[in-house]
Amino acid sequence: MNEPLGLSLRVNGDAVTRSVEPRLTLADFLRHELSLTGTHIGCEHGVCGACTVLLDGRSVRSCLMLAVQADGCAVTTVEGLTPAEGLSPLQQAFADNHGLQCGYCTPGILCTLSEYLDINPNPSEGEIREALSGNLCRCTGYQGIVDAALAYVRSAQ
Amino acid sequence: MSWIGASVPRVEDPALLAGKGRFVDDLHMPNMVHAAFLRSPHAHARICGIDTAAASALPGVHTVLTNADLPPELRDHRLILMVPNPALRYPVTAHTLAQGEVCFVGEAVALIVADDRYIAEDAAELIEVYYDPLPVAADVLAAAAPGAAAAHADRPDNIAADFPMTYGDVDAAFAKAGHVFQESIFVHRGGAHSIECRGLIAAHDPIADAMTIWANTQAPHMMRNAYARMMGVPENQIRVIAPADVGGGFGPKGMYYPEHFAVATAAKMLGRPVKWIEDRREHFLASYQERDQHWDVEVAVDSQGRLLGLRGSLIHDSGAYLPWGIVTPFISATTVPGPYVLPAYRMNVTAVFTNKVATTPVRGAGRPQAAFVMERLMDRVARELGLDPAEARRRNLIGPERMPYSVGLVFRDGSPVIYDSGDYPACQKEALALAGYNSFRARQAEALRGGRYIGIGIANYVEGTGLGPFEGVNVRIEQSGKVTVQTGAAPQGQGHQTMLAQIVADRLGVQPQDISVAPGDSAGVAFGIGTFASRVTANAGPSADIAATVVREKLIRVAAHLLEAAEADLELAEGRVFVKGVPQHGKSFAEIAGFANGMPGFSLPQGITAGLDDTAYFTPERSTYANGSHAVEVEVDIETGDVTILRYSTAHDCGTRINPTMVLGQVIGGVAHGIGNALYEWMRYDAEAQPLTVNFGDYLLPMATDVPRIDQVHLETPTPLNPLGVKGAGEGGTIPALAAIAAAIEDALSPFGVHIDQSPVTPPYLLDLIAAAVKN
Repeated sequence: MNEPLGLSLRVNGDAVTRSVEPRLTLADFLRHELSLTGTHIGCEHGVCGACTVLLDGRSVRSCLMLAVQADGCAVTTVEGLTPAEGLSPLQQAFADNHGLQCGYCTPGILCTLSEYLDINPNPSEGEIREALSGNLCRCTGYQGIVDAALAYVRSAQ
Repeated sequence: MSWIGASVPRVEDPALLAGKGRFVDDLHMPNMVHAAFLRSPHAHARICGIDTAAASALPGVHTVLTNADLPPELRDHRLILMVPNPALRYPVTAHTLAQGEVCFVGEAVALIVADDRYIAEDAAELIEVYYDPLPVAADVLAAAAPGAAAAHADRPDNIAADFPMTYGDVDAAFAKAGHVFQESIFVHRGGAHSIECRGLIAAHDPIADAMTIWANTQAPHMMRNAYARMMGVPENQIRVIAPADVGGGFGPKGMYYPEHFAVATAAKMLGRPVKWIEDRREHFLASYQERDQHWDVEVAVDSQGRLLGLRGSLIHDSGAYLPWGIVTPFISATTVPGPYVLPAYRMNVTAVFTNKVATTPVRGAGRPQAAFVMERLMDRVARELGLDPAEARRRNLIGPERMPYSVGLVFRDGSPVIYDSGDYPACQKEALALAGYNSFRARQAEALRGGRYIGIGIANYVEGTGLGPFEGVNVRIEQSGKVTVQTGAAPQGQGHQTMLAQIVADRLGVQPQDISVAPGDSAGVAFGIGTFASRVTANAGPSADIAATVVREKLIRVAAHLLEAAEADLELAEGRVFVKGVPQHGKSFAEIAGFANGMPGFSLPQGITAGLDDTAYFTPERSTYANGSHAVEVEVDIETGDVTILRYSTAHDCGTRINPTMVLGQVIGGVAHGIGNALYEWMRYDAEAQPLTVNFGDYLLPMATDVPRIDQVHLETPTPLNPLGVKGAGEGGTIPALAAIAAAIEDALSPFGVHIDQSPVTPPYLLDLIAAAVKN
């Protein structure tokens, strides 16, 4: 059951081929096999959203998915959302609006918002809060996060 | 310009936003192996035998440890009690791995180390433990009663400690009172639930016989000190480092735990670094919580609603062990008087063992419960005497003319409870103005005509912050001219690096982002306490100020020597010391440090000690008291019992603010935690003390849709107790939230006449209250 399986996917644009145990989660694969430690693990049961990554452009919980299930897919993590120099406009909006404190939930939230703000580029505050309701933050009370998203939306128009 | 008081961008943020944070599970060491724990499935049982043979034989397993395998220092001794107290009858802590008896579900019984965590957990399943179940102390009230099942088999009862907290002649106050009102109140608080669970890497260097632990702890020095004492080794053979980033703390990461010692032992035995990362289920089972408090209280007031006395009893669920003694109920009992003139007070406190995980401070640390009790009594007084709740409070608030105000109690640091500064009536007034309090009754009547039940609630609090004795800070200018700052106080997202950089930047005339701040290393400064009790800005802040000022003076003295100028003629800016008005006639920090930090053969001017370096330990005389007022507007759905917060207004005074945006963030985050406590979070156990809520589906944290926008106004009353005038800001947002929300719900349901006497206020509880009221 634990015999390794082959796995080929694209991660942040790079082709990756590995042989992994089928039980290895996508989160552990990204963090420990590929050293992409920006993706964090908070609950391992799919509620907190800290491990959110984009799979073929859609947000998924990387703790609830096996790495081998991502075979043939394109995965984007927070590292992939980050430009070579500096920060993306959304990341900068977080820095400008105190959208993070400990920063542990932040990569998952950036992934969630990246997807959502592509789908709905002009959301209301309430819609942003709904979109964020699958990501838990214990530090900020969400206000800075919501403000960051609103500031980004304004600046993008 | 001054950096103190400026909302400068946080120096922590760019790396965190780019996914380049360095949390403990992000660290990888060569040759590292991974640990998992086997934990007790019983709340109380004897261990009759453990068979680890099959687990040890599993390929990839390096070792399996039980209590018998530990070195004698750990095998035969329990963890050191953090804060002893003479009131403790039985100051018991846990063993590193259980010895003969388990006392809560989740207690660590065995440690497995393997090539990876998956194999370690496979091996845990192969361990056979033979348990003989014992009677269980589950509910705290039942456990407190005579003849209850004992949480520890060798104890006659479950009383961990009992002590009175008292001042004034309370019985005389009741004898002359115009009115006496009684309340029985239950307050449950849940866990801290930082999104990052606990974890550590331990690595032993056999050449130096030295242990290094990277742990996401709030208190590296306390862990170092405990390890040195327990293992009988010099402190210079143990170094504890909190990684650069720690994913939230909120209290429970302040303690050292059995897991820290077990993992360090395995690392030394194996000669390899060992990593253990707690998963969320373990966090629910084994990370310390706050939990149940039952209060029976009565208040005496005169005909005008002025407080005369308050008395009663508090029964506190301590859980199975007392890693931090009885700090939490102690703080609860000393916080009840709050911002009000209360002439006489007696609270009989009983801390009770149960077969559940230990309770220790969580954000607010026993104060939300105390504020809930006092504010519920205030609302009761107002209702009974026909006063507006704000007016009832206003009549009792301590006026600014009475500062400093001595309450009559002794705080946990042994110093008297003296409120140093603050304008409590002004604070309440500001919160009410922000909330539109005066127009609320019209809004409420209008809503009711539309079939909507809205209500408003208010609550005031004071918080002892900046608890001493000190937090050391080292400021140094390196040969390169780079300014570095070190402290033992480990941050978990508060922004300590930014806060300290702002203070040091002011003194040295450099930019905050040019200062390298390295907090959380026990090797950074000799002594340290930790990050809790809203204490770092008020302790490390002044230390940074003092150390940077000393370094500044040294810069000027050495520069005066090098420039052959008078000290009084020199000034600092942009990393240089120069003659006033002649910027080109000066020396860079690098040039000055090149000389002052030691150039072979060149003597220092007489009277100058070596190095552009100073370590300061500011020692506050006593805690400084922050204060605030909350006003909350809610809507209750009487069909579902659902509560929506419509408007949340806070007025907050924590003295001088180093970085107003970061203070705002602390207050809002604290309110969100309070909203969780008030409406959602409940760590439930069954009658056998089996935990029932061990995931985020069953235990609800507030979501972005649950927390409203928090409106804030700041008052700034600097404390005279430290040179910066700063008070703590980390917990104040949480403290009054439970009370204000409960009051608002009660007000919304005033047509039914319901009375709220517990927190959290859950939908089933509310529906029962409404149904009972309708029936009557």
